[in-house]
Amino acid sequence: MAYQQGSFPIVEKKQLTEDVFSFLVRCPEVAAQSEAGQFVHIRVEGFSLRRPISICEVDRDAGTLRLVMQVRGKGTDALAAQKEGDFLDMLAPLGHGFRIPEEGRILVVGGGIGVPPLLQAAKESRGADAVLGFRSAGQVILAEDYAAVCGDVQIATDDGSLGRKGTVVPIVAEKLAAERYAAVLACGPTRMLEAVATAAREAGVPCQVSMEERMGCGIGACLVCACKTRKADGSEDFSHVCKDGPVFDAERVFFKEEGRN
Amino acid sequence: MADLSVKIAGVTMKNPMIAASGTVGFGQEYGALFPISTLGGISTKGTTLHRRPGNPPPRIAETPAGLLNSVGLQNPGADAFLAEELPRLKQEDLVVIANLAGSTLEEYVAVVEKVSDSDVDMIELNISCPNVKAGGAAFGVSAACAAEVTAAVRKVCKKPLIIKLSPNVSDIAEIARAVEAAGADAISLINTLLGMRIDIRTRRPILRNNVGGLSGPAVFPVAVRMVWQASRAVKIPVIGMGGISSAEDAVEMMLAGASAFQIGSALFADPTCPVKILEDLNRYLDEQGIASVTELTGMVNPY
Ligand SMILES: Cc1cc2nc3c(=O)[nH]c(=O)nc-3n(C[C@H](O)[C@H](O)[C@H](O)COP(=O)(O)O)c2cc1C
Repeated sequence: MAYQQGSFPIVEKKQLTEDVFSFLVRCPEVAAQSEAGQFVHIRVEGFSLRRPISICEVDRDAGTLRLVMQVRGKGTDALAAQKEGDFLDMLAPLGHGFRIPEEGRILVVGGGIGVPPLLQAAKESRGADAVLGFRSAGQVILAEDYAAVCGDVQIATDDGSLGRKGTVVPIVAEKLAAERYAAVLACGPTRMLEAVATAAREAGVPCQVSMEERMGCGIGACLVCACKTRKADGSEDFSHVCKDGPVFDAERVFFKEEGRN
Repeated sequence: MADLSVKIAGVTMKNPMIAASGTVGFGQEYGALFPISTLGGISTKGTTLHRRPGNPPPRIAETPAGLLNSVGLQNPGADAFLAEELPRLKQEDLVVIANLAGSTLEEYVAVVEKVSDSDVDMIELNISCPNVKAGGAAFGVSAACAAEVTAAVRKVCKKPLIIKLSPNVSDIAEIARAVEAAGADAISLINTLLGMRIDIRTRRPILRNNVGGLSGPAVFPVAVRMVWQASRAVKIPVIGMGGISSAEDAVEMMLAGASAFQIGSALFADPTCPVKILEDLNRYLDEQGIASVTELTGMVNPY
């Protein structure tokens, strides 16, 4: 448990789309401990709960983390209003990230704001291809960043305004049929994760998914961010996204937990 | 420096600050951020006789100045608590308060009997959880039921017994008197206030359980009022909680009648706040020339 709380300066801010912002935060001690797929928990002045934001990139030499966040409500709106030079109160790094295979290429599959958390994993892998899904061309983020570190990058948009029309799922099936990947890593809407996990299982490729759930403490004490999982002995239990996840083996996750949206 | 120690039902705590049940687990996770022995005591996650899975998610919703939760007493069960959590906690220099719950009178008695034989320092009986169907809250909302469960548990409880009261009642003084008469050594309050939030797009409640318990600064004035009313009704010590997030809040709670205070939801935004609250409390006492923190208890001068 190498997480810590501290205030760290924003050294660079970029607006990626209408409602998605990229922050580079200087936090050497945190960066030294951070792994692909982990998250940071950011305090928002005037709000009772911190906001969990996935780590997009780690630069341990420069001592920085890159965080890409979407404005989803008043809290994230306040966060997005932070400027270069402002400080973020972060509790980080938190959770269990992706396990990157020692050998073999991986396929990373992201949907919407589920795209950023996979970038560091793609960078650290022995080679990666990416399938990225968005609502439309205006929402596309990080396509160039993925192109720089991946062999092949495929884009799907719901309305067909960029790349293939439709979801990422048919592209994932094609990629899995064409190449033997060591792992599939996925992050995005639950329905997408379930479909990707099914495709990976059918292809016999291990799949890891990054789950999301409304969160409290962020460190595993308050037990609110429950995710129904199957334990090694086959029994069912509520795991916790903040501490046991956010990344789980897809085979362990019950995606159809009633009430999920 | 003022004397911060307090004595509750015969148990001395080095300071009056306790981490509230359900917000700190068994102390391990926050122990990575500050020495857990900063606290005078810890009230551990609500534990039942057998393990409970808790409610399906979502279990939390933010509210203006607070939050709703519907965890539903997810816990590993009393045996796992005693075997895996208690030994580690007992190595720390703080008072360990086992927060226990049940669905039936028999279950309450059985879990207290089991945990009472361990080396926990105190037992806090949660008769006020709003988040499980037969969740004990039913016991907390009528004076007769609260007295019945207190008396039954008292017979088997070898440790100082704190009864944790529900705020979802019309006359808190009556309930406080009833549990005192039934043998409680102390009372603690408030547990969460029943609340609800709705997503206006999906027209679905945000919580999968539909309703949940409200905590955080939003409930603070309600908590102060209830601690004031309850403490005037009984002679046993009162532990105050609900929305405390600063030393000023803690002092206010003690002036209302609390002998000690608990901090819960404030940890989520500011996980190391206990360290600051203790420093600020010390400074306040020194500035006011108060020799012992116990001098604050119940010293509000009401109209
Ligand atoms: C996530 C969460 C879980 C809780 N679980 C328990 C519990 O297991 N047992 C209990 O007696 N109280 C439980 N509570 C209530 C707190 O102990 C406390 O009474 C309440 O939150 C008010 O204090 P606060 O405003 O400082 O949080 C829980 C509260 C929260 C926020």
